[in-house]
Amino acid sequence: MTDAAQTAVPIIRGAALRRFGGGVYPILAVLIALIAVWYLAAAWMNSTWTMDQAARAGTSPGFSEILADTMSQDRPKLPAPHQVAAEFYDLVFNKPVTSKRSLVWHAWVTLSATLVGFGIGTVLGIVLALGIVHNRAMDLSVMPWAIASQTIPILAIAPMIIVVLNSIGITGLLPKAVISAYLSFFPVVVGMVSGLRSPDAMQMDLLRTYNASRAEILWKLRFPASVPYLFASLKVGIAAALVGAVVGELPVQQGGLGARLLGGSYYGQTVQMWAALFMAAILAAVLVLIVTRIEAGLLKRMGLRQ
Amino acid sequence: MSAVDDSGSFGWSAPRWRLFAPVLAVLLTGAVNWRFGAVVALWLAAWGVNTLLARQGGRVARAIVPVLFGLTLLVIWELVVRLFAVPSVILPAPSMIAARIADSLPLLWGDFVQTAIKGALSGFAIGCGAAVLVAVLIDRSAFLQKGLLPVANFAAALPIVGTAPVLVMWFGFDWESKAAVVVLMVFFPMLVNTMAGLTQAGAMQRDLMQTYGATYWQALFKLRFPAAMPFIFNGLKICTTLALIGAIVAEFFGSPVRGMGFRISTAVGQLALDLVWAEIAVAALAGSAFYGIMALIERWVTFWHPSQRH
Repeated sequence: MTDAAQTAVPIIRGAALRRFGGGVYPILAVLIALIAVWYLAAAWMNSTWTMDQAARAGTSPGFSEILADTMSQDRPKLPAPHQVAAEFYDLVFNKPVTSKRSLVWHAWVTLSATLVGFGIGTVLGIVLALGIVHNRAMDLSVMPWAIASQTIPILAIAPMIIVVLNSIGITGLLPKAVISAYLSFFPVVVGMVSGLRSPDAMQMDLLRTYNASRAEILWKLRFPASVPYLFASLKVGIAAALVGAVVGELPVQQGGLGARLLGGSYYGQTVQMWAALFMAAILAAVLVLIVTRIEAGLLKRMGLRQ
Repeated sequence: MSAVDDSGSFGWSAPRWRLFAPVLAVLLTGAVNWRFGAVVALWLAAWGVNTLLARQGGRVARAIVPVLFGLTLLVIWELVVRLFAVPSVILPAPSMIAARIADSLPLLWGDFVQTAIKGALSGFAIGCGAAVLVAVLIDRSAFLQKGLLPVANFAAALPIVGTAPVLVMWFGFDWESKAAVVVLMVFFPMLVNTMAGLTQAGAMQRDLMQTYGATYWQALFKLRFPAAMPFIFNGLKICTTLALIGAIVAEFFGSPVRGMGFRISTAVGQLALDLVWAEIAVAALAGSAFYGIMALIERWVTFWHPSQRH
């Protein structure tokens, strides 16, 4: 038992080392440096407020007093990391999950819209890619517009789409999901088109000598060959879908991380905003990680990766 | 030209099916509602022309087919709005939007300058410049690279646009805060691309530079930067769209009384959807032009790269 535990540690460490390209220490160093910079910035940016207050009260605080105050203001310009962490912990663990004050509840609102939109976008992207690969007219006419559609700053018009959809009676989850879907379909189209076209001429010729139909070529060759491309796209797509959902929540204050951000900015609740930002970041990280894990498992089962 | 086999697979001989099905579709939908029939007929006719053109192939078809497709969409949009009398607070017709653009050119130009030039372009320049600079600065330190690359990769996937309200609080309502959002949004994708690009020069090429006795900086500017250009331009092209998005979204959290984001959010409130769509058209045009200019510069700089040699 102890034996196994002892050998397990180096194995885990080895895996982590490989994944991060040679060492968690450099990453740790960078992260610590970032937090240090954050503390310095917090002290510097919040000190004006402290000095203001002191001048009004007619006192002249010492350096250590100023420093202590910048770390514990109610509405700091830049909350210190430990303030954000405390607020985050309070909102996540000390509130019932169903309450509107709970960050978990808001994260769930955002997550559900993200996942629905991501699902729609992925299916749409795969269908479009199938059409583009199998129909030359579609290839020539749709592909340039799919690319052009991404130069349109869709996020910028997201609030309008939400408001218009609301005015014709579509409310709740769906409008946000539409934005998420629009953002996530493009990477899937581009990835799947290259993926479905990735089988080389020899493989295609082989299936033709077998007299395989187009459907058989699709199922037995094109789809399996496109899986690595699909997952590379899905990782980009799910992050984009989350951004879409967050921005989609801005105009309608019905919960969600985007609503928390806007509410925080209206009422000067900076600590709340930063907590919501961190929730969004954690959500993005977890979603990408899940897709990565599924990818690794699937590719291993398909024999594409050892 | 194409090796794709178009016949068979439907049981009938293809030409008969191809003629029969569209006619049937038009008749069926027309019987239900003549307006539907007209729209479907137009769509199928345009699609038929496109299919014929696409089958011919060649440079001309390559240029015409997408344009025709786009025009078809516009005409169908106009037709649907007119035939079904869609209220303009839901979807204005393209002709109405065009009229609005022609009417309010000075307004649109003012918004464009405020958002695209002052906000997006300055942030784009600062952010991308800083990213390239940082990539060069940490180039010699393998330790920093190993630490920063995963962090930057992670940050590039974050919803950074969410920091917009914070930055608007810090830098005020004018374009400086928009530029700050853009800087944050473009920095990490650009950093990741530049770092990847700087590893592109092969060992043989680097050895050659050493045999010439080239210094680190000579090797950097004569070999590694040129070799990194395809990656750097890939990053720049991604960042053009991000920059415009960042600048417009940041205006939702507070802005002076001009700017594309400000105009969109206020016009939505007034249900002046034609003005909203006019701004969207300007944004799309600006985004495409920005991207196109980058692609042109790329072609000029990386003329040697296989993807640029047609």
